[in-house]
Amino acid sequence: MYNKTVMDHFRNPRNVGVIEDADGVGEVGNPLCGDMMTIYLKIKDERIADIKFQTFGCGSAIAVSSMITEIARGKSLVDAKQLTNKDVAKALEGLPKNKLHCSNLGADALQLAIQNYEDKLAGVTRPEPIRKEKHEHSHGEKCYCPYCDIEIQADITFCDACQSSLEDEH
Amino acid sequence: MKVINLDHISAKPLLPEVKTVMIDAIEKDYHNPASQHKSGEEAAAALQQARAAVAGLLNCNTPKEIVFTSGGTESVNHAIKGVAMANEDKGKHIITSNIEHNAVIRSLRRLKASGFAVTSLPVDSGGRVNPQDVADAITKDTILVSIMHSNNETGTIQPIEEIGEITREKKVIFHSDAVDSVGVVPLDVQKLGVDLLSFASNTFYGPVGVGGLFIRRGTRIFPLLEGGVQENNKRAGAENLIGIIGTGKAAALALRNMDMRLTHLKALKAQLLTELPNFIDEYIVNTHPDNSLPNLMSISIKYIEGESVMLMLDDDNIAVSTRSACATGSLRASHVLLSLGLSHADAQGTLVLSFGIDNTEADITTFLKALKNVVTTLRDISPLYQKKVTEN
Repeated sequence: MYNKTVMDHFRNPRNVGVIEDADGVGEVGNPLCGDMMTIYLKIKDERIADIKFQTFGCGSAIAVSSMITEIARGKSLVDAKQLTNKDVAKALEGLPKNKLHCSNLGADALQLAIQNYEDKLAGVTRPEPIRKEKHEHSHGEKCYCPYCDIEIQADITFCDACQSSLEDEH
Repeated sequence: MKVINLDHISAKPLLPEVKTVMIDAIEKDYHNPASQHKSGEEAAAALQQARAAVAGLLNCNTPKEIVFTSGGTESVNHAIKGVAMANEDKGKHIITSNIEHNAVIRSLRRLKASGFAVTSLPVDSGGRVNPQDVADAITKDTILVSIMHSNNETGTIQPIEEIGEITREKKVIFHSDAVDSVGVVPLDVQKLGVDLLSFASNTFYGPVGVGGLFIRRGTRIFPLLEGGVQENNKRAGAENLIGIIGTGKAAALALRNMDMRLTHLKALKAQLLTELPNFIDEYIVNTHPDNSLPNLMSISIKYIEGESVMLMLDDDNIAVSTRSACATGSLRASHVLLSLGLSHADAQGTLVLSFGIDNTEADITTFLKALKNVVTTLRDISPLYQKKVTEN
């Protein structure tokens, strides 16, 4: 099901834990399948000096969390802000298609943690972030049904193959 | 290294005796049971013997009430679609429950699309349908009630006898999907009061790809597959004789060894239930304490996710099944677990443990020790567990 790199990061996750006096904390959760990820940052000289994570989720979710912490560690905030979920999937040498949308949330958690750090510096308080339930389509991106993994048309609200309603997710 | 199989609900090994008769059947090179020459008659006799063995297991009136199919899924499709098509002049209303297998759910979804009305009944927190709800839901348009015998995710057994009394009185056809029960617990179609009962051979250590449908004499039903006159005109297509011969042997052994197997399985389940709290805490048992299969137990372990547990146990050479949304391929929380009132997060941590006659007491002990380590590891990573610890 998972490739060797994913299984390695799942079995031996890097940077697990909590940073008690974190400079930034980012928390994401997927209401559809229930994965949850928290990323803790320690920032020094505008660089990620330390990063830790906690994750509730499947093998893929744990591997994604481990990989984002490995990629982000030591990066400048400017560079870290460029990291996307796609970069994580690429570093893991691919994830099952139907897991791309639900468990690949590592970069989202990282971006929220950086935002949280910057907000603290600027003295900004934000309401609880609105969770991204509907994904956005970029041009040419293919979409797959989260229930049966079959490619779906961009503009429909149900899956042709399994007849699942996709109104909440697509 | 030997793998400890605690996932018998997904696959059971063939019994050695079953293998032997199947290999013999292959070597005999049976002819077509429908052919009327000597070679055909020999094949027909073998087919008849297997049918009689299965009819004996279920206490049918006559072996003719057994129709062999390609498995539980086909049997269920046959029962539901066949009854609907044959009885739509009488009415177009069907009653079922919220916790059925997808074979039932999707067959009914298909019928709904062609104009049938379906009432799906809830279950109580123990996972059981209230027979009174069935009685209340029956209208003059009701042609079929389909309620499973035991649930494939929780092992909970439904009050089929009580429902059977109601359907008999109201003269509504009653189908029960007994795929996970037949050959595991004693079943008597007379006592249950069902008109149709679906089963699968692998449930009682027969081959995968063979199953059957009990069709009570006088039940109005159309075939699902049409063509030749095989299976008393109820299921066309040359029979899978090798598989059916294996099924007959497995059925005979299930009947003969039922008490011995039950004693063994009940002891394993009791051991697991009793010892589990010594190894892990904060879990929910989803299986009914009194009315459930002896070989299945579902637990939801809090703060962790089932696929991760399954993968880590796999490293320890222990096979289990999970009902976590993340592992089902559908990425949807199990409708069965949500029907029991479980939260999405708790449903995520669900393991389905199913034992077989090949399991031992030592297997359970090995599993419990491995589970303890896995749960500790995953809770250490879990933000939900972290929150719980911080809040206390």
